[in-house]
Amino acid sequence: MDIDRYERLWIVLSAAVLLALMLVLAYSIWGLDIRLIGDAGQVDPATVTQRPPFDQPGVYEEGPGKYRVVMVARAWSFQPAEVRIPAGADVTFQVTSLDVIHGFRVPYTTINQMLVPGQVSEIQYRFTEPGEHVLLCHEYCGVGHHIMEGRIIVEPAATAGR
Amino acid sequence: MNLQPPPVAEPGTGPVPGLEEIYRADSLHIRIMIYTSFVLLAIGGFFGTLQALDKFQVDLYRFLPGNLQLYYTGLTAHGVVLALLFTGTFIIGFLSLALVHGLRRPLADRGLAWATVAVALTGALALLITIFRNQATVLFTFYAPLQAHPGFYAGLVLVALATWMAALNGWVTWRAWKRDHPNERTPLMAFAALATWAMWFLASLGLAVALLVYLLPWSMGQQAQVNPLLTRALFWFTGHPLVYFWLLPAYVSWYTMLPAQVGGRLFSESLSRLVFLLFVVLATPTGLHHMYTDPGVAHGYKVLHGVMTYAVIFPSLVTAFTVVASVEEGARRRGGRGYIMWLLALPWLSNPSVAGQLLGMLIFATGGITGLINSSLNMNLIVHNTLWVVGHLHTQVAGAVTLTFMAISYWLVPLLSGRQLWGRRWAVLQVWSWFFGTAIMARGMHWMGLASTPRRTFLTHAPYADLFGEWYWGGALTAAGGVILLLSGGLFLLVMARTALGARRTEPMAVPEAQPLHHPVIIPRWLDRISPWFALGLALAAAAWVPSLWRMAVHYPQVTGFQLW
Repeated sequence: MDIDRYERLWIVLSAAVLLALMLVLAYSIWGLDIRLIGDAGQVDPATVTQRPPFDQPGVYEEGPGKYRVVMVARAWSFQPAEVRIPAGADVTFQVTSLDVIHGFRVPYTTINQMLVPGQVSEIQYRFTEPGEHVLLCHEYCGVGHHIMEGRIIVEPAATAGR
Repeated sequence: MNLQPPPVAEPGTGPVPGLEEIYRADSLHIRIMIYTSFVLLAIGGFFGTLQALDKFQVDLYRFLPGNLQLYYTGLTAHGVVLALLFTGTFIIGFLSLALVHGLRRPLADRGLAWATVAVALTGALALLITIFRNQATVLFTFYAPLQAHPGFYAGLVLVALATWMAALNGWVTWRAWKRDHPNERTPLMAFAALATWAMWFLASLGLAVALLVYLLPWSMGQQAQVNPLLTRALFWFTGHPLVYFWLLPAYVSWYTMLPAQVGGRLFSESLSRLVFLLFVVLATPTGLHHMYTDPGVAHGYKVLHGVMTYAVIFPSLVTAFTVVASVEEGARRRGGRGYIMWLLALPWLSNPSVAGQLLGMLIFATGGITGLINSSLNMNLIVHNTLWVVGHLHTQVAGAVTLTFMAISYWLVPLLSGRQLWGRRWAVLQVWSWFFGTAIMARGMHWMGLASTPRRTFLTHAPYADLFGEWYWGGALTAAGGVILLLSGGLFLLVMARTALGARRTEPMAVPEAQPLHHPVIIPRWLDRISPWFALGLALAAAAWVPSLWRMAVHYPQVTGFQLW
């Protein structure tokens, strides 16, 4: 196989670009320790609301500056529909769907997950500034998909824990 | 061992006499597929414009009758009709002709070819009927446990089956050719078409299992429950390489036809073959990058699929060199000079078929870059399930693929129908307006996506839509682009209709076929075989998918179905 000299140069450059991208990927995984959501357990959506933790959705303080938010999604709402957490806290959202596949997205943040019936999604985030955020479903889930929303209210750290 | 090249005409000698005789046997069934794809383009495109207007919070649905008022029904129609049916029918027709011309012989099995038409049309009708009766408002991804009418899944099975039948016919035709030409290497155009079918057959196995083993029996009540994560993963097994199934026929044209259309020659046949073969190997172990944000899928397999997705840029970068170098050679033969100015020697304003494909490549380059962003682990968290992804998809499918298919149609329809192209200047206007329409719409969608606008959402009636000021101007661009695309698509259909019903042409035509630049053409034998590469692709796909799928199938919960529309 004869390869033109410019073509050979281009192939080398292409391979170098590919290698550089792979290195960036490796750095993001091992250097920045970015981990995608993995396996946080399975549940039976038919009975999941009868047992902890999904029998009592809400906000739980687990330690100083550590909160767990237990939520369930169903067509077409999140429960609880409004969540209050203090600024600067490490928050773990623990969410599952009771019916079809939903989405879990807070605009302008990296909170961006799928909710699959039978699976638990665990999402970590820290809101640094007080303010009000929309929580919205970003996967089609039936005719009411576009009205499926919630609110996350980030309070100044001093008033936390009410 | 190197094989003898097939007898070919020298560049510039014009069509080989008798080619139209060879096409004649298959002309009608190919034409039916191509014309059907145009009707489907009209149906699907109409809803696309309504959706684009919705991003600017303009709701035109309320003026429509019956089920057409339903946003998500129209959205399902848009996706199914364009992503699966328009592309599928056009590709069946186009690849059939590429094989007929490449091998210089009619398809081996005429009955199979007509059966392909019948199965494809039956499947398309089943899909259209169930969708517009509002029995299958599940979008083109049909994620369980949203449960559609069995006719919807049966329609999908038939459309997939039709692609397999067309692939089988291509393979049988090649076998017959090989018997008659045992010592010749397969001509590039036919080889590229066969590699495309091989890639698609491997990729479509996931969809086949999802439909036949799970979704169809479940929708018919034979299984009470369904495994939502497993069927979603099986969808993406096929769903990502589906993009390459749209793209590779465009590559067939860019590599093996376009250079001849600009008076150039193919820069490197060896690398052209390698690119198609790399797609056979690399296309399928990629789909988990659509599920980066899914629970219950292991981090390590997501990373593996991300790496494989990055690897696919390699054949695309090679394409950027080989195709552009081939076009440049043509431009220089047309009198082009300089490092950059040779571009002006190309027929941007006089040949709609050439201009459309070049413009499609320009858009394709932008989509390649956004695709890298989508498949990176961390940036995906910003853009996943936003309109950004829709913008990316439209640069690739509406931009690169559909614009190339339109450009191909400007010679394909005159060739098959025996008519003269009507309105060449209108056709030039059409490809340029489609280019700008896609670019403007995609710009708006990317903008909105970075501002977190969710995809596949009826924004006009979303209570939160007014909270985000940034969505307004992105929506304006999306809507403007959508309207331009509607007008441009209408112009395309007008040109096609007036051509098909217009004046007969007098001069003979043939499929444009690029000749090699370098002589003698020396191709190693391993670049003239598909099956070893197919086996490698199968092994990679199995390694990348089976452990995840097995875990899902054995350990993950089943749930009941819902009809929430």
